[in-house]
Amino acid sequence: MKHIISVLVENHFGVLAHVSGLFSARGFNIDSLAVGETEDPTISRMTIVAHGDDRVIEQIMKQLDKLIDVIKVQDLTSEDEEMIERELVLVKVNATTSSRSDLMQIVNTFRAKIVDVNPQSVTVEVTGNQSKIDAMLELLRPFGLKEVVRTGTIAISRKSELARQSQSVKQEKPVVAIKKSKSKVKAKK
Amino acid sequence: MAELTGARILIESLKQEGVEYVFGLPGGAILPTFDALYDSGLKLILVRHEQGASHMADGFGRATGRPGVCIVTSGPAATNTVTGLATAYMDSAPLVCVTGQVATHAIGSDAFQEADVIGITRPVTKHNYLVKDVRQLAQTVKEAFYIASTGRPGPVLIDFPVDVSRAKYEFNYPKEVNIRGYQPRKMAEPQAEQIENAAKAIRASKRPCLYVGGGAIASGAYQEIFEFVEKTGIPITTTILGLGVFPETHPLSLRMLGMHGTVYANYAVQGSDLLISVGARFDDRVTGKIDMFAPHAKIIHIDIDPSSISKTVKVHYPIVGDVKPAIRALSKLVKDKRKQIKDWTAQIEEWKKKHPLKYKNADGQLRQEFIIQKIGELTNHNAVVTTGVGQHQMWTAQWYGFTKPRSMITSGGLGTMGYGFPAAIGAQIGRPGETVICIDGDGSFQMTMCELATAAYHKIPVKVFIMDNAHHGMVRQWQELFYNRRFSGSQLGPSNPDFAKIGEANGVMSLKISKPEETESVIEEALSHSGPVLIHCQVAKEDNVYPMVPAGHALDQVMDMA
Repeated sequence: MKHIISVLVENHFGVLAHVSGLFSARGFNIDSLAVGETEDPTISRMTIVAHGDDRVIEQIMKQLDKLIDVIKVQDLTSEDEEMIERELVLVKVNATTSSRSDLMQIVNTFRAKIVDVNPQSVTVEVTGNQSKIDAMLELLRPFGLKEVVRTGTIAISRKSELARQSQSVKQEKPVVAIKKSKSKVKAKK
Repeated sequence: MAELTGARILIESLKQEGVEYVFGLPGGAILPTFDALYDSGLKLILVRHEQGASHMADGFGRATGRPGVCIVTSGPAATNTVTGLATAYMDSAPLVCVTGQVATHAIGSDAFQEADVIGITRPVTKHNYLVKDVRQLAQTVKEAFYIASTGRPGPVLIDFPVDVSRAKYEFNYPKEVNIRGYQPRKMAEPQAEQIENAAKAIRASKRPCLYVGGGAIASGAYQEIFEFVEKTGIPITTTILGLGVFPETHPLSLRMLGMHGTVYANYAVQGSDLLISVGARFDDRVTGKIDMFAPHAKIIHIDIDPSSISKTVKVHYPIVGDVKPAIRALSKLVKDKRKQIKDWTAQIEEWKKKHPLKYKNADGQLRQEFIIQKIGELTNHNAVVTTGVGQHQMWTAQWYGFTKPRSMITSGGLGTMGYGFPAAIGAQIGRPGETVICIDGDGSFQMTMCELATAAYHKIPVKVFIMDNAHHGMVRQWQELFYNRRFSGSQLGPSNPDFAKIGEANGVMSLKISKPEETESVIEEALSHSGPVLIHCQVAKEDNVYPMVPAGHALDQVMDMA
């Protein structure tokens, strides 16, 4: 099953290598990885999409948690989470004068945007969750996809708690307590 | 406050950590540091190869529980430590390794003796640092020692560019460490609920068995485990890294389990209805075929590293935490089980009688088992013992008779041949005044024997017994049993070099044992010498280690000697 794992890490050089090295060394599969600074400039968030059975995901979570530079690990796909998931995709599609209006209809239906036009092609920007992106790409495929560029999924929990947590990251205790109980709950399963 | 160079800050920081000895070898990028070391009061053990420095620091760490320190230069020196780091990482040994690095502005330019040491060592260290700014140096050293020695211990590497070692800054050693992603103290205390569930399972069990590993030694939980066993009457087996955590002379000891463990320990694990795993990680050399491991047992697993729990074997009662408080808490919740489990212990006694450890001794050949047994007797089972990897290692585990924690120092996880001799030197530095013995194979010894010069130069009184069977014995054994006796690469030639001559050439007293009847007197002579001694033991060439559970078989599918 696909899991979206949100990882708060120290904003140092080398942390990305630690995380990606962990995945390759232990044979875990990353579907996508997106990294960016958080509201606290000393902390970055990595959003990792990975797949595997429960045992593999549990190991991924625990092994990530073990890295010294990892502050907090959260599986946003777990049962007790509600989240909003988005990916941004830029697609360069073949488009002649004759096919352009058909294309426009699809773009409008998906609330996507045309951000660039050439004589032979247009570039479409679309944002959405995985199923929307997949559907859009499927419909654009017949026109001829010249190039697809994806950011990888990012996601945010709908719980207001998460916002509080990441703000309070500097105050050790709450984060560690959550981090700790998380891994223990996991271990029990 | 006066400003110090980075090199001085490093040395002063080591002193603040209580370091007295460093193992190392100088070179270009680390020269400022060696200059600062020169009159610092820290003592340098000068090695002949950097792999030796890393194994010595590891041996020191395992013998004392405090991180051993090695300091080497950049590039090839740093890559030479990688085997030592990987060895320490697999066995959770505390170690701090400082490597020189080219100047920060030259990093990435393929400079002379440059290597991406941070990249190379990432998968074999608990953590590593590149110090880019002298202002962060003292903090980095503090964190390195903290990370190496707390939680599940392990090696930490500090990559130290030469310009940072020359740059100046005020020296202020931090008193505290605060790493937001690493809070081992908060993990150490086990949750009451987990303890209660496990205690309930122990109370209900009819065929319980303790399975104890290196984590119990790292935790220092010997007394707690001894009291737990004495109180409950539950039999106990250990992994190779757990040897010595519980005296093997005790009637409830089942000695070592696993591929070359005792038959009765393996039968006990397979027959148990509750396996209490304490600071062990279900290595494949312990479990045999994983889906046939302890088939009737519920499993309790105490470990400070949550990622060890349910990694290979499904655990029913996890306890995340330090072994010491966990066992102490469990002890309070359980009673004497001797009556309740008397059928079980009677069964185990029967297995012990039926399948004791044994070796052939009727044919008059000199056998490793015999020599090791004698070393055990003549050192009162009290020495610190290190080994290489292979047959001699397994026979040491079987025949020495360990009674004390931190007395068996061996590469269990990575299986690093060549580990034993430098590890013995490190252990001796950490435990001066104690008898330190390396029981080594002829193959293993030749991988790091250049450190004979180190032992001689620094007068480090280790006693190294080289079991010369002119083979890579364990490889030979597998080829005999599983590869149709095609001995590819396992014969070390018609004979080995004359080890005694090599010892003498290095200024190390060298003795020989070639007959069983001279064994005792030679061991005694070696033990009574105040300096290093090499003992060349010419042993039977084609013996196999038994019992043996072939790889991929269940623990009770055991081959034993006829």
